[in-house]
Amino acid sequence: MLEAGFFYLFAGLAVLSGAGVVLVRNTMYSVLWLIFCFFNSAGLFFLLDAEFIGIVLILIYVGAVMVLFMFVIMMLEVNREKYKEMSLQYLPAGAMIAIILLIEFIGASASGVFNTETIAAVGHLGKDVNNTVEIGKILYTQYLLGFEIAAIILLVALVGAIVLTLRTRKDAKYQNMTKQVKTRREDRVRKVRLES
Amino acid sequence: MIGLSDYLIVAACLFSLGVIGLFLNRRNVITILMCIELILLAVNLNFVAFSHYLNDLAGQIFVFFVLTVAASEVAVGLAILVAFYRTRRSIDVDDINTLQG
Repeated sequence: MLEAGFFYLFAGLAVLSGAGVVLVRNTMYSVLWLIFCFFNSAGLFFLLDAEFIGIVLILIYVGAVMVLFMFVIMMLEVNREKYKEMSLQYLPAGAMIAIILLIEFIGASASGVFNTETIAAVGHLGKDVNNTVEIGKILYTQYLLGFEIAAIILLVALVGAIVLTLRTRKDAKYQNMTKQVKTRREDRVRKVRLES
Repeated sequence: MIGLSDYLIVAACLFSLGVIGLFLNRRNVITILMCIELILLAVNLNFVAFSHYLNDLAGQIFVFFVLTVAASEVAVGLAILVAFYRTRRSIDVDDINTLQG
């Protein structure tokens, strides 16, 4: 009973804040709604015994990705008046596609294939089962290759983001290593005879 | 009792909201990226729900991978956005047409 209550709370708030992300005009508010949506989804993950994923969702998404969004929004001087009016040009097509998708998804999920009768009812895992340990056990053995590939993808994204945003100014002075190393003593030092 | 289909319906709602947001906010690239995040979140919710109800941890591993790819995508996307803003002084989708040829 308590679980059902929490499910409806988290699910309702997640859908509500998802609608907030889409409908709010100000981009900053929509980032805040998305953060709220992530918190509620993390709550749903906790209800599903996925503590590690829930925590990771909060840490990575709220702590890193959404903060990155905020930085970018604050860094770019966006003409806000331009985005005030909602562009209703694509609304009919978009709404049609989204509603058809929604009907399809809900029809598929409520069709009875995924009922708890067909799938054996699962209770919650015991208190002694540590979700993080279990994930680690198969992540570092069975899915090791995927893990390594994920690490490489992150590295490539890191380097790519740095390279894309790197900017060399014309008026600033930079250290030229090659030139420094190639410099000989004769280029710089000059003997001067001092008249005494 | 909360069943698998309830979680799937929540994920379907989030997914559809993300799709409708993609169409509704055709001007702001940042909002489009956020709608993609919403869609990926719905997918993650499906993964975790199936993982719980089928008692298989592989779903949570896949959520881990999806999170990785989503984080990389956002980082590169925002970097492209910043680089674009430096040259064009705008982040309008309508202005991103230099590659049209």
